[in-house]
Amino acid sequence: MSTPILEMKNITKEFPGVKALNNVSFRVAEGEIHCLVGENGAGKSTLMKVLSGVYPHGTYAGDIIFGGQVQKFTSIRDSEKAGIAIIYQELALVPQMMIYENIFLGNEIRKGLVVNWNETIKRATEALKKVRLDVNPAVKVKDLGVGKQQLVEIAKALSREVKLLILDEPTAALNEDDCDNLLELIRGLKEHGVTCILISHKLREVIKIADSVTVLRDGKTICTLDAHKGEVSENVLIKHMVGREIDNIYPPRQHKPSEEVVLEVKNWNAYDPTLGRAILTDVNFNVKKGEIVGFAGLMGSGRTELALSLFGNPKGYRIDGELLVKGNGLHFAHPHNAIEAGVAYATEDRKAAGLILIQDVKQNITLANLQEIAERGVVNNNAEVKVANEYKTSLNIKTPSVEQKVSNLSGGNQQKVSVAKWLFVKPDVLILDEPTRGIDVGAKFEIYTIMTRLVQQGMSIIMISSELPEVLGMSDRVYIVSSGKIAGELPIEEATQEKIMQLATNY
Amino acid sequence: MSFIAELQKILRQNIRDYGMFIALFVIMAIFTVTTKGLFISSRNISNLLNQTGYIAVLAVGMTLVIIIRHIDLSVGFLSGFLAAIATIAMVSWHWGVFAVIPLALALGVIAGLITAFLVAQLGIPAFVATLGGWLAYRGALLLALAGTGTIIIPDETFNAIGNGYIPDIFPPDTGPLPGVHKLTLFLGLVTIVLYIIGEINGRRQKQAYNFEVLTSNIFILQLVFVSALLAAITWVLAGYNGLSWTVVIVLVVVGVYHFITTQTVLGRHIYAMGGNPEAAQLSGVNVKRLTYIVFGSMGMLSALAGILFASRLRSATPTGGTLFELDAIAAAFIGGVSPAGGIGTVMGSLIGALVYMSLTSGMNLMGIDISLQYVVRGLVLAAAVIFDVTTRGRGK
Repeated sequence: MSTPILEMKNITKEFPGVKALNNVSFRVAEGEIHCLVGENGAGKSTLMKVLSGVYPHGTYAGDIIFGGQVQKFTSIRDSEKAGIAIIYQELALVPQMMIYENIFLGNEIRKGLVVNWNETIKRATEALKKVRLDVNPAVKVKDLGVGKQQLVEIAKALSREVKLLILDEPTAALNEDDCDNLLELIRGLKEHGVTCILISHKLREVIKIADSVTVLRDGKTICTLDAHKGEVSENVLIKHMVGREIDNIYPPRQHKPSEEVVLEVKNWNAYDPTLGRAILTDVNFNVKKGEIVGFAGLMGSGRTELALSLFGNPKGYRIDGELLVKGNGLHFAHPHNAIEAGVAYATEDRKAAGLILIQDVKQNITLANLQEIAERGVVNNNAEVKVANEYKTSLNIKTPSVEQKVSNLSGGNQQKVSVAKWLFVKPDVLILDEPTRGIDVGAKFEIYTIMTRLVQQGMSIIMISSELPEVLGMSDRVYIVSSGKIAGELPIEEATQEKIMQLATNY
Repeated sequence: MSFIAELQKILRQNIRDYGMFIALFVIMAIFTVTTKGLFISSRNISNLLNQTGYIAVLAVGMTLVIIIRHIDLSVGFLSGFLAAIATIAMVSWHWGVFAVIPLALALGVIAGLITAFLVAQLGIPAFVATLGGWLAYRGALLLALAGTGTIIIPDETFNAIGNGYIPDIFPPDTGPLPGVHKLTLFLGLVTIVLYIIGEINGRRQKQAYNFEVLTSNIFILQLVFVSALLAAITWVLAGYNGLSWTVVIVLVVVGVYHFITTQTVLGRHIYAMGGNPEAAQLSGVNVKRLTYIVFGSMGMLSALAGILFASRLRSATPTGGTLFELDAIAAAFIGGVSPAGGIGTVMGSLIGALVYMSLTSGMNLMGIDISLQYVVRGLVLAAAVIFDVTTRGRGK
C-alpha cells in the first residue's frame, strides 16, 4: 500500500449506554477510492463524524493522522481547513440561492468587505466544469434535479481545494443514469489528486468503483480488502457485513395471492393546483388479497403522488375517478378516512414525513391508532408500552427500550418503527413507498421477510420502489408508472429489468 | 443497586423535569433570606398566587399554542377587551355575574376560532395573524371604554373571583387551631390522600403489566417528599384566609389541561403535530381541527385571564391586558416549552409563571427599582432557555 493520507488509530467513541466505535482503525491510501461499508448502526457515520470534527477532539479516544500530522479537530471548520470535505446524504444546499452562491457559501471571495461576484461566477464556472455539469451557474439550486444538485455539492467541495472527499450514500436518491454519471466523476477526481471515501449500501456500485473496501460491523473494523487483488465480491462483502452468509437477498416466495380484489382504482386523474398541471392521467389498477404489487418507475414519475392521492389526498390535489375498497366506492377527504377504511401509507421520506423524531419509539408506533389503546379518549400508557414492546420483539427493532427517542435509532430501525406504526393500524392494504431506501442489507432482508409474512396473513402490499432487483425479487405483479400514467402491467414471470426500463422511459 | 445510587440515577435522568422546581425553590429560598422571612409569609405567598393567576392561565393556553409551532400575540388586549365587554354587560346592561362569565368565555372562543381560521384555513403565519389581532383588540378596547374611561365594577360576587377566599367550615378564629383556615387544611389533606392512592394504584397497574417500577424505598421516599411539600403549601395558605378563588380556578385549569395533554388522545395528537406536522397528518391526525381547538382554547383562557384581572382590580381599564401576551410567552419559555414546538408541559409553564411572578414579588419586597427588575427577569428568561438547550439530549 502506498503512503496513507489518512490513518485513524484505535478510535473509540461512546454514547451514553452504547459503544458506537470500539477500537476502530482505518487507513486510506493517497489517491485511492476507499469504500466504507457496513450495516446501519455499524458505526460508519459516527466514524466520519469523528474524522470531520462533528465530534470534537477529546470526546473520543484514539488518534487521527491526516497528511502526516496528528490532527485535533474541534469543529468542522478545522477539518475543512485541513482539506477534508463531507457530502451528506441530505444535501446541504440552499435551494433558493443560485448555484454560484451555493458553491462559495461560507467561503466567499471577497474584495475588502464586499463579495466579488464576477470572480465568484468565474470560479464557479470552472468548478462546474470539473464536475462536468453543463448548466448556467446563475440557475437556482431548487430548479435542478437531485443528481445535478449532488454534482453542485461536489463542485462546492472541489472549490475549497479538498484533499479528501467523503461521500455519504451519494447515490441513494439517484436514478441509474445519474448514478453512473456520478461514479464516473468520482473516478475522474483521482486525476485532480483527490482521495475519496465512499459510504454506500449499494454493493454492486462499491465493487465497480472501489480500490479498497473497509467493512465495519458493530462498531469494529472487520477487515480491509484490496479490490485489485480480487478480494472483493458481493458475497464476501455481505458475509463480512452481517457476520453470516446470506444465501438469498429475498425470502422465498411461499404465498399465493387470491383472486379477490381488495383495492381497485378506475379512471383516476389528479391535478396539482400548486404546480398548475395534471400529475396523474387515467390511472387504472387493482390489488388482490395477499398480493405484493410492485410500482416501478423513474424518480418523479408520479408514484408517490398516486399514493398520496389515494391516501386521503393531504396535498389537496383535484381528483376525479373511482376508488373501490373491497368493492365499495369510497372517497377519502383526509388520511384519517383512509386509515379507517383499512388503507395505510408508509412514506418514502421517513425523517421528514414519516416519523416524529423528537418522540420515542412507543409514541411513534401508536400514533396512527391511539383509539386502540384508549378508553373514552384517555390513553392507557401501560397498554401502550406493552403494544410497543410486542412490535419491538416481532419486528426485531434494535433499541435499548421503547422509551428511546426515534432520532437515536439507525435508519433500518427507524424504518421498522414506521412499519410497526402501520401494522398497529391493521390495514388491509399497506402502501410502502421505497421501503428499503438507505438501509443496509441485513435490515432489508428483515423488511422483506416482514412483508412476506404479512401477505401470508392476507394483507395486500403496494410496494413503490426505484430499485429494480427489489421490484423483481418481491412483487407478484408489477405496474410501471411513467409521467403520471400506467405505462404497463407485467406478471412477475414476464418481468425483466429491460422490459421495465423500456416501459418506464416510454413517455 | 444501593438506595443512594438509585436515587442519584433517577435524579440525573430526570434533571430536566425537576430543573424548574429546583429553580423555583432556589429563588424562593433566596428571597426568603434577603427579606428576612417576609417573602415566605402566608400573606405574601397568598398575594403572590393571586397575582400569578392571570399569567398562569394565559401561559397554560400559550403552552399548547407554542407546542403546535404557533404563537398568539393577541391574547393580552383580547383579555383586556373581553374584560371591558364583561364589565359593560354588568354595569350598563345589568347582566348577572353568572351570565357575564359564560358570555366572555364564549366571545373568547369565537375570537380564538377567528385566529385559527386565518392560520389553518388561509395559511397566514400565526405571528402576523395575531399581530393583527393585537392591534385590532387594542383598538376595540379603547373604543369600548371611549365614553366612560375606566369603569369601576360594583358587583362583589364578580370581584370575589380575584380578591375573595373560599369560605371556612367554622367561622374564623373559632374551633380548633384559631387563625388557621380549616377547610383549606381539610382540602389539602384530601389532596394528599388522593395523591397517595393514585400513585399506589399506578404502581400496582404497572406491576400487573410486569413493568419495572421504582424500588419500594425510593417509592416511599417520593410519596413522603411530595406529601410533605403539599402539606407545607397547604399550611402556608391556611395561615392567611385559606385558598383564594383565583387559586381554585388556576388549579382547575391546570388540572384539566394537564390531564388533556398527558393522558388523552387529543393531547397526543397535539404533541405529534408539534413534533412533525406532516408526519402527524399522514398518520391520520387532523391538524386543521387541532389548530381550531388550540386557538379556541387560547381565546377562552384569554377571556378567563381578563375576568381574573378585572376582578382583581375591581375595574375595567383602557390599558387592561397590556403586555400580558409577552408575560405569558416568557412564563412558558421559562417553564421549558421549546420554541421549536413539540416539547413543553402545562405543569412546567405553571412553574414558569410562578418563577416569573416570584421574581417580581421578591424584588418588590426588597425594594429593588423596577428598571433593575426588568433586567433580572430578562436574565432569568435567558438562563432558563440556556438550561433547556444545554440539557437537551441528555437523559432519556
